[in-house]
Amino acid sequence: MSSAIDHSALDIKKIRSEFPVLHQKVNGKPLVYFDNAATTQKPLRVIDALDAYYKGYNANIHRGIHTLAEKATKAFEETRETVRSFLNASEKEEVIFTKGTTESINLVAASYGRRFLHEGDEIILSGLEHHSNIVPWQLIAEEKGVRIRVIPVLEDGTLDMDAYGELLNDKTKIVAVNHASNSLGTINPVRKITKMAHEAGAVVLIDGAQAGPHLHIDVNDIGCDFYAISAHKFYGPTGTGALYGKRELLESMPPYQGGGEMIKDVSFDGTTYNDIPYKFEAGTPNIADVIAMKEAILFLDSWGKEKMALHESELLSYATDQTSALKGFRRIGSAPEKVSVLSFLIEGIHPFDIGQMLDARGVAVRTGHHCTQPLMDHFGIEGTVRASFAVYNTKEEIDQMVEGLDRIIRFLK
Amino acid sequence: MSKDSINTIQDEIIDEFGILDGDMEMTNFYIMELGQKLSPLDEKYKTDDHIVKGCQSKVWMNAYMEDGNVIYEADSNTAITKGLVSLLVRVFSGHQPDEIVNAELYFPGRIGMDRFIGTQRSNGFAAMIKQMKLYAIALKTKEESI
Repeated sequence: MSSAIDHSALDIKKIRSEFPVLHQKVNGKPLVYFDNAATTQKPLRVIDALDAYYKGYNANIHRGIHTLAEKATKAFEETRETVRSFLNASEKEEVIFTKGTTESINLVAASYGRRFLHEGDEIILSGLEHHSNIVPWQLIAEEKGVRIRVIPVLEDGTLDMDAYGELLNDKTKIVAVNHASNSLGTINPVRKITKMAHEAGAVVLIDGAQAGPHLHIDVNDIGCDFYAISAHKFYGPTGTGALYGKRELLESMPPYQGGGEMIKDVSFDGTTYNDIPYKFEAGTPNIADVIAMKEAILFLDSWGKEKMALHESELLSYATDQTSALKGFRRIGSAPEKVSVLSFLIEGIHPFDIGQMLDARGVAVRTGHHCTQPLMDHFGIEGTVRASFAVYNTKEEIDQMVEGLDRIIRFLK
Repeated sequence: MSKDSINTIQDEIIDEFGILDGDMEMTNFYIMELGQKLSPLDEKYKTDDHIVKGCQSKVWMNAYMEDGNVIYEADSNTAITKGLVSLLVRVFSGHQPDEIVNAELYFPGRIGMDRFIGTQRSNGFAAMIKQMKLYAIALKTKEESI
């Protein structure tokens, strides 16, 4: 990590100019897009990559010998190497392209789970988890007679690491936690979590959906066995993402989906499977969007993820300060280390009403349980209002939101 | 008890909202204000039996017959939905079952609220309209069988 980040070089105006969708009005007001934890907007280079692919070299990959097929295959595999570097995986074969984080977790739960989980084993999840890192484990746990244990969440939205230590035992086979919480923004100590899990003999899957845009990811440094990302969370297209898995684990796992591409030889007497990564990439993939995902990573590299994170951190601080002065404002999630997510409630006003009123002023936030019902239950609430910031957001936009909130409070009180 | 037809009431509502000139913020404020004026619903009706489920908003409803007309009472836990509820009660309450069942609701679209009955599933608005019509059918059937 560099010690002196020159974030003055981050030209937000220029960055914003790369995002066509931001320049519009909603209900007569300039759009303020604060729903980035749900999905981010896309820079021109990502949009253009999709366009260029379909206009210039669309072809099925890995199979054809003609020029277009060769070009498409090359671009597709170049993305694999780019993702390998993005995650600092050792080999590109350890990068499996999937539909995103949800599919990645389902793949591990089903494939690794089916072979390596047995009755009486335990899986540890955390109270911060998104449903996509809960339900796939519930499905396999039910099938195999496995028990799910949950790391408790503390008042500030961090994980109770002492309790985690107590939960680990020789029955623990899998630990699955998120790198950063989509609802609260909490950044989890994934290196420590992984180390403790390995000492107990368990494998670790990290849900990296919210880390993709905000945090430096180094799977070798973390030491985790699996790591999942979604392109649409880091300025890439929807419907694509990746699963990192250690070679020896992926090789030992049975296929997840069967079909073309993942086979070596097929006959009715038996079929042999392809090597990784292809063993887990059945059928024609989402070629265009994988290629465009590379452009999203290059976008991050061009501005520098550290500088972007610093800007987002300033936005979060500013928003936290400005909103704390509002009457009845209650922040949910006050971890010392957070990605740029601000979840809150305002006393006496339902989050739904806040969301609707902000939308009337052009401000897009998310309301509800954010696919983390257990977490909301833990705090004794139905849901929150969540404002989540990306690199193209500004302090002026935060002012617009705060002004809107102030108006709502004044009206309803 | 309203003697105006359902459509007359809808037109009145559209006129009232016309002053707001499509300003979404003012429309929302006005709807919330209307909701604040809705007669309170007896707590005994705020149970699962009377709930019309929406993802984020809860709506409770009760209905009964009086002199051949259906009377509705409702409440919601979110201010905007409560306001929309009050408009639906104003439109439907005090009318005969057939008139309610056959009514075509056009005022939500005309006051900029059609997104509540579009793909947005989060406040139970569409479910409520359906529920009110079902109540009308049920009450009519019950009355005819007596």
